[in-house]
Amino acid sequence: MAIRSTEIRPILASLRKHRIPALLIVLEIALACAVLCNAVFMISQRVSDIQLPSAIDQQGLVTVSLRGTDDKLVGSDIPRNLAALRGIAGVQQAAVTTSLPLSHNNWGWSFGVSPDSAVANRKNINVSLYFLGEGGGKALGLHVLQGRFFNADEFAGSKFDTAALPETHVVVMTRTAASRFWPGQSALGKTIYSKPFYYTVVGVVDDVLRPNVYTQNTSKSYDAIYFPMSAAGSKGAFSYYILRGAPKDRDRIMREAEQKLAELNPGAVAKGKIYMDIRNDYFADMRSMAWMLVLVCAVMLAVTAFGIVGLTSFWVGQRRRQIGIRRAVGATRGQILGYFRTENFLLSTAGVLIGMLLAFGINLYLMQHYEMSRMPWYYLPAGAVTLWLLGQLAVLGPALRAASVPPVEATRSV
Amino acid sequence: MFGYYLELALRSLRRNKVLTALMVLAIALGIGASMTTLTVLHVLSGDPVPGRSSTLYYPQIDPRDMSGYLPGKSQPMYQMSWIDGMNLLRAKRADRQALMTGGLVAVQPHNTMLDPFYEAARFTTADFFPMFGVPFEYGHPWHAADDEAHARVVVISAALDDKLFGGKDSTGKTLRLSGVAFRVVGVLGDWHPNPQFYDLLRKSFGENEGVYVPLSTSQDVGMNHDGSTDCWGNGGSGKNPSHTAPCAWLQFWVQLDTPTRAAAYKTFLVHYSEQQKALGRFQRPPNVRLRDVMQWLDYNRVVPDNVRLQTWLALGFLLVCLVNTVGLMLAKFMRRAPELGVRRALGASKRALFAQLLVESGLVGLAGGTGGLLLALLGLSLVRRQPAEYAPLAHLDPAMLLVTFLLALGASLLAGLLPAWRACQIAPALRLKSN
Repeated sequence: MAIRSTEIRPILASLRKHRIPALLIVLEIALACAVLCNAVFMISQRVSDIQLPSAIDQQGLVTVSLRGTDDKLVGSDIPRNLAALRGIAGVQQAAVTTSLPLSHNNWGWSFGVSPDSAVANRKNINVSLYFLGEGGGKALGLHVLQGRFFNADEFAGSKFDTAALPETHVVVMTRTAASRFWPGQSALGKTIYSKPFYYTVVGVVDDVLRPNVYTQNTSKSYDAIYFPMSAAGSKGAFSYYILRGAPKDRDRIMREAEQKLAELNPGAVAKGKIYMDIRNDYFADMRSMAWMLVLVCAVMLAVTAFGIVGLTSFWVGQRRRQIGIRRAVGATRGQILGYFRTENFLLSTAGVLIGMLLAFGINLYLMQHYEMSRMPWYYLPAGAVTLWLLGQLAVLGPALRAASVPPVEATRSV
Repeated sequence: MFGYYLELALRSLRRNKVLTALMVLAIALGIGASMTTLTVLHVLSGDPVPGRSSTLYYPQIDPRDMSGYLPGKSQPMYQMSWIDGMNLLRAKRADRQALMTGGLVAVQPHNTMLDPFYEAARFTTADFFPMFGVPFEYGHPWHAADDEAHARVVVISAALDDKLFGGKDSTGKTLRLSGVAFRVVGVLGDWHPNPQFYDLLRKSFGENEGVYVPLSTSQDVGMNHDGSTDCWGNGGSGKNPSHTAPCAWLQFWVQLDTPTRAAAYKTFLVHYSEQQKALGRFQRPPNVRLRDVMQWLDYNRVVPDNVRLQTWLALGFLLVCLVNTVGLMLAKFMRRAPELGVRRALGASKRALFAQLLVESGLVGLAGGTGGLLLALLGLSLVRRQPAEYAPLAHLDPAMLLVTFLLALGASLLAGLLPAWRACQIAPALRLKSN
């Protein structure tokens, strides 16, 4: 749309005569632009949270929790239960673990890199602890990037004594945790401390999410470390049996595993869950929030468009006579169409300029009072373009009606 | 007069159905969205113990060692350790006091038709019931003497009574919990405090526990603790926190009937901390807090940020809808300028015209409010289907119903003010001339 100043001047003159309707359109577009930018930014944040990657076999994992067993007997119960679970058709791996990514079941601790680090030292790094029974690495599908996973002796030799940390000296950590403890260096062979405990890194695995994730600082969501743990020394800390199979078998595996564990442990309660359900449940709130935002955006854009249609129609109706005169003195239909489109373009421009400022201000406010990060700059022009297009689309109908006003209208009174 | 205006308004609204429908729709959408989120906000930020919340306090002290301590900045320990909880309980410095924690017990029903199941439990001392004003359907709470005697008594919720005893009076009956026989002494009435202020770490919203057992007894029997445990120094391990380890896992609530009593209690907490420091148990300088129920909920940010954000968003949306309605109303009123001119020329005063136009916008507001109410009911039923803890609570109460209509009426009158004023400024002669 080429705009010449000769076209703009009469438009400005006419707008000056209709200040209130013009201001209303500007305000409408400004508000819609401000709300739209922030809502779309929130949607994108929710969506990227929901899709946070986690390097375990999420699709093939089945979990079963078993409650009400005697903690003194776990040393013999767990191997027996695992042997039975491995007998289920389609089960490739089975193991026990204390917690799972996104399960809300967090064991937190903090470690330092110097031998005098005590647990509450402020310079320490807070991590989530996962304790795995033998075969746990394969059952989860962890990807070892450097070094190795635990060997059978390390599993068998690890136990809880009186403290919350295990009596072992080896640890495996995620790539992100490793680079947080020793930025720019290889973690292999180095040691983390929490007086009087110390653990040497024997392997680094690809990033796995913690039981709870941080929605703002997503890199913190991967600070997880793994310890080996023997069944006999676990003091009942193993909360989940994990089974790995093909995704198509997982429902059947879950049912059979539930049944088998209930048979073997009378009086206890076995509850199975597909891992993907644990993940989906974790993000269910965010997903519904994202959908609500999408709905609000769509409805708001529709309302704004109808508002523009309504006001412009009124406008066209008021100026039928003037349009007729212009047509009579030689203006083409295209020029009339152009007039209304240019007018809308000018109003939209004023609207989106105010709207972008408003959007920025709202974002600043939300950053101060809520868990919200800074909106990247390109959301503002994207919102502006959307409203420009919406304005042009909305004005098309009334403008076409204006263009079809016959020149003879000039001779009629109102 | 009003009847006449109403008739005029209806006629005018019928004349331009599309424009009227657009205005009603815009108001209905804005009201529907904001009432849905406002209702959720209203329900979540409500007072869980009306009438008592200003006299119930949650004392906090700081028994930790110096590591990580920031003077003036560090919050005290969130929960109580067993030793401190017992000391404060026995000091009896408040009007009422209760020490409690969450648990999980295996319920083994007599009825062989039912499989054993796990039920959330509260292990507490006797004052819990009178202090929180818990109503009883049958029986009564246990007494302080039962706490001392480690009595095997239990209070159950109405829901559990329904499940186990078909809703009949079960007091005096025996209930096996975690392998031990307990005597039912009471069945709770209709009691659903939301948010669950007394133990927010368990969950903030939802159903309260089914089983209530004296704290002393729960420890004898070795019932499973279910909740958060924070340890410091060389903290303990295992599922059930030990009584001597430096771990905080209990909630302590007190009732203080007057502000003077509350101030005195705070001084007592400081003295207690100093005394424990002198004994060598505490290392930090006295660091105490005494928040009442609403302050405690506020400090814990019980209303999810999501809900607050949604409310802001919905109000922004309502504003967009309102500006729209103003625009549409202006278009509508200005189009009627000739008619208004005639009425002015025939002697109608500006005030009469203004009133007539406002009646018209009020009518749009009522229609929009009705539509908004339906949309809000739909929205709330959608919210209730969400997996969030608070979802089942999202219901419209009479107060919010009234707010809906007031908001709709107020919004539409506000939207009508400017257009009506503009329309009344028309010089009648000019209008008549062009006609």
